[in-house]
Amino acid sequence: MKLSREEVKHLALLVRLGLSEDEIERLREQLSNILENFEILQQVDTTDVPPTAHCIALENVLRDDQSGPSLAPEEVLSNAPNREEQYFRVRAVLEQ
Amino acid sequence: MEHETIIGLEVHTQLLTRSKMFCRCSADYASAPPNSHVCPVCLGMPGVLPTINRKAIEYAVMTALALQCRIPEFTKFDRKNYPYPDLMKGYQISQYDAPIGVQGWMLTETAGEQRRVNIKRVHLEEDVAKLIHRTDSVGESYSLIDVNRAGVPLMEIVTEPDLRSPEEARQFLMKLRTILQYLGVSTGNMEEGSFRCDANVSIRPEGSADTLAKVEVKNMNSFKAVYRALEFEASRQRKVAAERGRLYQETRGWADDKGVTQPQRSKEYAQDYRYFPEPDLPPLTLSPAWVDELRASLPGLPEARRDQFASRYALPEYDARLLAGSKALADYFGECMKAYHGPAPEKRAKTVSNWLLGEFARWINAEGMEIHQSRVTPPQLVELVEMCEQNALTGPAAKAVFEEMFRTGHPPREIAARLGLTQISDLSAVEAAVKAAIAANAQAVVDFRAGKQQSLTFLVGQVMKATRGRANPGVVTEILRRELETG
Repeated sequence: MKLSREEVKHLALLVRLGLSEDEIERLREQLSNILENFEILQQVDTTDVPPTAHCIALENVLRDDQSGPSLAPEEVLSNAPNREEQYFRVRAVLEQ
Repeated sequence: MEHETIIGLEVHTQLLTRSKMFCRCSADYASAPPNSHVCPVCLGMPGVLPTINRKAIEYAVMTALALQCRIPEFTKFDRKNYPYPDLMKGYQISQYDAPIGVQGWMLTETAGEQRRVNIKRVHLEEDVAKLIHRTDSVGESYSLIDVNRAGVPLMEIVTEPDLRSPEEARQFLMKLRTILQYLGVSTGNMEEGSFRCDANVSIRPEGSADTLAKVEVKNMNSFKAVYRALEFEASRQRKVAAERGRLYQETRGWADDKGVTQPQRSKEYAQDYRYFPEPDLPPLTLSPAWVDELRASLPGLPEARRDQFASRYALPEYDARLLAGSKALADYFGECMKAYHGPAPEKRAKTVSNWLLGEFARWINAEGMEIHQSRVTPPQLVELVEMCEQNALTGPAAKAVFEEMFRTGHPPREIAARLGLTQISDLSAVEAAVKAAIAANAQAVVDFRAGKQQSLTFLVGQVMKATRGRANPGVVTEILRRELETG
């Protein structure tokens, strides 16, 4: 299945990526390729196989409700491109 | 044409766990400095692995059980993708097609009429970071992010559109909050944002199955705001329909200061969350044994507590319902009764209830306090009640003592002694005060002798005033009558 340019642009908008015309074309190729590979996988007969979202059959991996130490705020903010006081600072985003 | 109002609610409530939903950061961030309860997991750093908090699952199952939900054995978490800076990872871990509980219900009572409100689902997700909007010196707006709240367990409870009036919606919410408080899973504090509510409101011609446009109302931060916002929105829609205008499916925000709902700017594209199963979290099996264990651990809920108060202490239905309507108040009442060991507990129960629903509630409300912050302890309140029963305090004096107890937390006997409010037991002192009142109010005496009964009440009041409420009103009346009739 080939993705359309419009579909690529829609995806880019959803993840907030600005793409050049060249990049749209290149990603259209690559994403279409991934989809085509899944089309091949879909030919496998899975009639008697229960569906799963995981490849390892784990379940009920739970943690007791105990709190532990957090990072120091300075460490939390150490990668921030922009900060103010002890906060991350970002451009205003349209409120929902 | 008559229209009926159709309301569905979506409640989000933070769970009272020690740690966050998927990491070990403390979930108690209320008074913490910004970004101090944050780790690589809730910060959304690459390569980290979330782990599910067992307690959060148990709290959600307990809530679902209390709401009569079915608990499917299979449940799992999903990713909900959307770009907003309050999400550190670019997605929220939530539940999509396999929630913890489904198909529940709760009875709600409005103006004596009981109705069943169906619960569509109860699911778990993580709370998001807090944004603070600011404007810089050149008028450019920007946002500050505090990640402390991100990752706090958040439970979502969704009703079917079964509510038929704003008052019913308010009653439902208050009852739901009480249930959560009884379960001990949430503080249910709406003003602090640990208990939030959005609503879907629409109208339809009476008897018709087709609603007109469904409007989502957000930003209601108190029970009163929910009521007012829904009242406004329902009548707005009726007005548009009456004028043959068109209603749109939209999201509107409640502006509390203006008392109106306003259209919220919506994103320019349709919501496209691209849900998919969370790859980092294996699914869960809620075994019948585990669910039964949680069912057995459920505490008595408001209705059970109300019935218990009514039967055990012979309290009137009205008192029992009000006391049980708040877990904190019900617990306080229970402590008071525990502090009393004498005979006839039902007589005592009614007196204690009168104090709790009267002066105690009045002072708590006036000071904007929570019941657990009260400086008056249950044994102290019981002591005050006993002093009244032993006639050591008159009614007005007891109120004055209570006020001082409420302010200082000191025991009632000490306060009564300090303020000189203990009842005058010396009869000659009362007689002297009566004689003084008769001498000072000649006209009232004449009126009484002419048959005006109110004059007696007036004179009793004068004596009470002169003794600063320390005389027993019954004794005062008796002596007054005697003096007036013989004098």
